[in-house]
Amino acid sequence: MKTVDHTTEEVSYLEAISQALDEEMTRDERVFLMGEDIGTYGGAFKITEGFLQKYGEWRVLDTPLSESGFVGAATGAAIMGLRPVVEMQFADFISCAFDQITEVAAKNHYRWGAAVPMVIRAPFGGGVHGGPFHSECPEGWFFHSPGLKLVAPSTPYDAKGLLKAAIRDPNPVIYFEHKFLYRRIKSALPQQDFIVPLGKADVKRAGSDISIITYGAMVHLALEAAQTLAQEGIDLEVVDLRTLMPLDKETIYSSVRKTSKVILLHEDNKTGGIGAEIAALLAEDCFDSLDGPVVRIAPPDTPVPFSTPLEEFFLPKTSDVIATARKLAAY
Amino acid sequence: MDVSVIAKEIKRDDLLQMYDYLRLTRALEERITALYRQGRIVGGVYTSHGMEAIAVGYASALERDDVISPFHRDMGAFLIRGFTPGEVLAQYLGKRTGPTKGKDGNVHMGDLKRGVFGFVSHLADNLPVAVGAALAFRIRGESRVVFAGTGDGGSSRGDFHEAMNFAAVRRLPVVLFCNNNQYAYSTPLHLQMAIPNVVDRAKAYGMPGEIVDGNDVAAVYLAAKQAIARARTGEGPTFLEFKTMRMHGHSEHDPAKYVPRELLDEWKTKDPILKAEQLITQLGYGEEAYFQGVTERVTREVEAGVEFAERSPLPEGPEVLEGVFAMSAES
Repeated sequence: MKTVDHTTEEVSYLEAISQALDEEMTRDERVFLMGEDIGTYGGAFKITEGFLQKYGEWRVLDTPLSESGFVGAATGAAIMGLRPVVEMQFADFISCAFDQITEVAAKNHYRWGAAVPMVIRAPFGGGVHGGPFHSECPEGWFFHSPGLKLVAPSTPYDAKGLLKAAIRDPNPVIYFEHKFLYRRIKSALPQQDFIVPLGKADVKRAGSDISIITYGAMVHLALEAAQTLAQEGIDLEVVDLRTLMPLDKETIYSSVRKTSKVILLHEDNKTGGIGAEIAALLAEDCFDSLDGPVVRIAPPDTPVPFSTPLEEFFLPKTSDVIATARKLAAY
Repeated sequence: MDVSVIAKEIKRDDLLQMYDYLRLTRALEERITALYRQGRIVGGVYTSHGMEAIAVGYASALERDDVISPFHRDMGAFLIRGFTPGEVLAQYLGKRTGPTKGKDGNVHMGDLKRGVFGFVSHLADNLPVAVGAALAFRIRGESRVVFAGTGDGGSSRGDFHEAMNFAAVRRLPVVLFCNNNQYAYSTPLHLQMAIPNVVDRAKAYGMPGEIVDGNDVAAVYLAAKQAIARARTGEGPTFLEFKTMRMHGHSEHDPAKYVPRELLDEWKTKDPILKAEQLITQLGYGEEAYFQGVTERVTREVEAGVEFAERSPLPEGPEVLEGVFAMSAES
């Protein structure tokens, strides 16, 4: 357990992100923000509320509706030594900047040696009745592009610490913040400056029977299921990846070698998702430790639907985790 | 252009130096083409043959601290920025001594120390990036300028328009140019756009634009000087359309039979080196013997470069794994 000085007041996931931005902008004058409606309006989710007044119009830039343009501009500013943090209003819109991210930013250091210390914040995920264009989990697209780091925090502590680490990292980092968690979870945070290092997973619940490997909002689903399953004598270990690229293979493998059974849970579509890659890694590197089939729980290969019963069907549920774990425990 | 104006506006030494670079560019690219035909260079060879005045003119008009994001037919700009013929040839031969150490080929060279952004094949991708570099200069209050360009084909891409728009909205210190050489690979201008001049696109962004004879190094230099001065004094971006003609194929493998013979014959009489020699003769700065001397000197320089490149080692296979991620932001 970490021993830290806690603030008395609890901080939401959203406030943790806001605090990280604020503290990094105060700590390092090279850090600046760009995005749509982040200035006067304070952002679609109000993460940058008050920032324009505090830091001025050249550190909090409202951009034209132009994702490719401002991600490209962030890349150029990063190459010239600044530390841009750009906001996608919704992660879904990141597709407009796909080319700039995967072809320019991701390959830049490899091709000609110029680092691109840039963070792209991408509010992602469903459960908010956003429909096909405001609910996506696009991390799989970028997981396959060398040169990018990907993070997806599940708690206020990780949200703050990972964002600070991402801003201080010399590479392009896509920071997937889950919209469903923004105002739903709170926790007390250390008063002093802290980071959560990139590339380190976190065992959110230690257990001995089944490893459930997940990230983002699904971590909470797994923890909830673990409580129910514990009453049945099934002890779930919940591994929160936190960083999707580079993957913390060490933590994944040590958990699987301990439990011998694995559930891979994510909110991104099943086919070609991060779970598929981890399943392949386990087959290659941990085959001898497995005592059951590697199982994935993930949405079907459809867009994220709008209507409540459709979205409920689409998203993984606690009951899915419980049913899958029971089956796997009995295997 | 009026000779008396040129005599007044361009120093003798500056003009003669531009002639040197025109000659060096042509000698180097002719040598590269020869090596390609001999099968010693693999991959694409994109030359600026007949268009050398654009890069030589604009790169001569910039200050040392300024940054360029070249088009792929801007060899002269690389040379003026200090890339040696040896380095360029090493790049073409995939040698470790090339600016990208074999990671990328041909004109995809960049070097932050020399203020050159590495070219990206997706035309216009680097324009938002260049605009972002200008944004960094604006944020830090530096009096530096960015000069960046694409071709007539590239001006149809979204990134071109997003870059133009963002630069204009924020009045950034950048000069954006188009090398209008009439053909994007095999596609002629009238199938690329429904407007007679690329510069017409600038109007939509509230950006001043100018058509410049791209084969007249003095005209390019003076137009660039003026646009750079505007950018440096905070008057915002300018768009320059350099009209020229692509005298070779898209790449050296392409015989370009789709280009009418008469068009090439017409433009042959407007060759930029021929034009520069006429100007220098008119001004009384030099004549045939002088031109001969320069040609011999640059040919020797190119031959020394060939020797250097051929002597240089190839990278070792496992070097492919190096440099995907930056370890620090300093490159």
